[in-house]
Amino acid sequence: MATESDLSCNGLIRRFGKTAAVDHISLDVPAGTFFSILGPSGCGKTTLLRLLAGFDKPDEGDIFIRGQRMNDVPPNKRPVNMVFQHLALFPTMTVGDNIGYGLKRRKVPAAERRKRIARVLEQVGLPGLEQRNPQELSGGQRQRVALARCLVLEPTLLLLDEPLGALDLKLREQMKVELKHLQKQFGTTFVYITHDQSEAMVMSDQVAVMKNGRFEQVAPPEELYREPATPFVAGFVGDNNRLSGEVVTLADNMADIRLDNGEVVRGRLAANELSSGDRAELYVRPESLMFTGEALKDGFCAMQAKVLTTLFDGANSRVEAENGGQPVFARLPQDGTAPRLTTGAEIRLAWDPKLARVYGAGQS
Amino acid sequence: MNASASRLSLWLLLTPFLLWIVLLVLVPHLQMLRVSFQVRESWDTLAWGLQQYQNFFSESYYWRTFVRTGVMSLFTTFLTLLIAFPIAWYIARLARGRSKGILFLACLIPFWASELVRTYGWMILLRESGLFSSWLQALGWVDGPVEMLYNDVAVIIGLVYNGLLFMVVPLVTTLDGMDENLVEAGYDLGGGHATVLREVVIPWAMPGIVSGCIVVFMLTLGSYLTPILMGGKDSAWFTEQIFTQFITRFNWEQGAALGVLLLVLSSLMVWLGLKLTGQSLRKVMG
Repeated sequence: MATESDLSCNGLIRRFGKTAAVDHISLDVPAGTFFSILGPSGCGKTTLLRLLAGFDKPDEGDIFIRGQRMNDVPPNKRPVNMVFQHLALFPTMTVGDNIGYGLKRRKVPAAERRKRIARVLEQVGLPGLEQRNPQELSGGQRQRVALARCLVLEPTLLLLDEPLGALDLKLREQMKVELKHLQKQFGTTFVYITHDQSEAMVMSDQVAVMKNGRFEQVAPPEELYREPATPFVAGFVGDNNRLSGEVVTLADNMADIRLDNGEVVRGRLAANELSSGDRAELYVRPESLMFTGEALKDGFCAMQAKVLTTLFDGANSRVEAENGGQPVFARLPQDGTAPRLTTGAEIRLAWDPKLARVYGAGQS
Repeated sequence: MNASASRLSLWLLLTPFLLWIVLLVLVPHLQMLRVSFQVRESWDTLAWGLQQYQNFFSESYYWRTFVRTGVMSLFTTFLTLLIAFPIAWYIARLARGRSKGILFLACLIPFWASELVRTYGWMILLRESGLFSSWLQALGWVDGPVEMLYNDVAVIIGLVYNGLLFMVVPLVTTLDGMDENLVEAGYDLGGGHATVLREVVIPWAMPGIVSGCIVVFMLTLGSYLTPILMGGKDSAWFTEQIFTQFITRFNWEQGAALGVLLLVLSSLMVWLGLKLTGQSLRKVMG
């Protein structure tokens, strides 16, 4: 086993009845990194996390933490702590006792315990709140107490089960940044699961996109965004337009696709097994689409679309259009360059073929 | 609705409650309190005095039974809690769907029969010619018939059985509301089974534990049939003495004094229990 990784798993399988909730998962998390597992609900990410925490046992495969096999180690003996989705702060204890609970189990003397509780509370930005009850705190403060309760034990691995889900939008945005800072500050390895791609993208060093119990792709956020390995990743990470058509020509890793309305567009090949005549799907992001006239930028391709409606949302404003019955979204720049659009207007959308990805149809 | 109409409806709603409290609770108890301080001088004259209470303290049989009843009730309550907790845990946390309802019903079913019938049921099992005795003989573990009735153990068995439901219900209710993650967090942060039980589960279940204990303690302290039928000559219960004073000896004054003392004891114990566990009556009774 590679010793420098804090967590490594190989061939993890957990079956419930006939379906495998976790299906041949192998992963390797280097020390001190923020690793996210991103997937829609029901993809098995919570099951995976529970395997790591020790609340559940894998049917096959091994879990190693710092090179030590963990399969038969009970949760209370693992160097792993978990921040639960609903935090699970002990309501019958004060904040100080909540944080002290784990230290007490390790027989840390009372004076030392008090010192460490005070220090960790300061680190998470809640100095002096030891005597409060968790119920008296705000959502964001409770979040921090839950983190402090784990971090005070200096675990090798901190597992987080969508802890931001219960917060309102504004606070969630704030906590995202804060979590990332805390992770850097403590240097603990975080394994974070979420269905919210923005949480995963903002905070993580590495993101694993999970679907039906398997990892579709494991990569840094930017790579997931720019080089999605599968159509599922392309559709799940960030917004994407999907245009189906037929492969006309293939050259230099680029493919020309004839859309169903006859237009020919280009994109970069994501998989090599395509040949001309195959059905294919081209994914192009709303933010890659530009409004254009007849004159095209060099190397760009374009298609016609009919405006259905515009969706104003500040910097995220988009236009909803259609191309031969397929919906297309394009970002509306808010710097004054966007044309005035009325329903039914014909527009021309252009993009750099290097920013579009082509997959064989029926892969997702 | 105008003010006078709403006031009228309030009074109408309150009337049954007030009648209940005043006629069935307050008046009899005040009456009993009054009687307990009356000393009969001759067949038609009464004086105020503490004679009955003095009798209680000077006659060791009275206060010994009193203390015995209190201690045995406490023990019964504790035993009921020990037995009910795993049952409640199973019903609330482990049983799923239908089996949950069926198990709950199984706890409830014995209470469709009266206490008398339930007690006789136990007597059928425990008496000399009863089921357990004959089984033991059939297995060859004992030589002759064994009498398991008419002792303190039999009384406690009967009392625990009678109190079980009243302990299980509040426990199931509180344990039902506990987030599974709390238990998991308890383990995750390094706790063993005993620690999680002591530090996480029991504090959470405390309102249920206390309310169950209060109900069972009061029921046990005031129970009459079970100790009489299942107890022996040496296992006198305090309620028996009250009965004797009122009915056999026709000494209402003494009976009333004993009744007041029993009431004081149970109130005191409930108060003490709440104080010691840091619970308030409001929290415990919902």
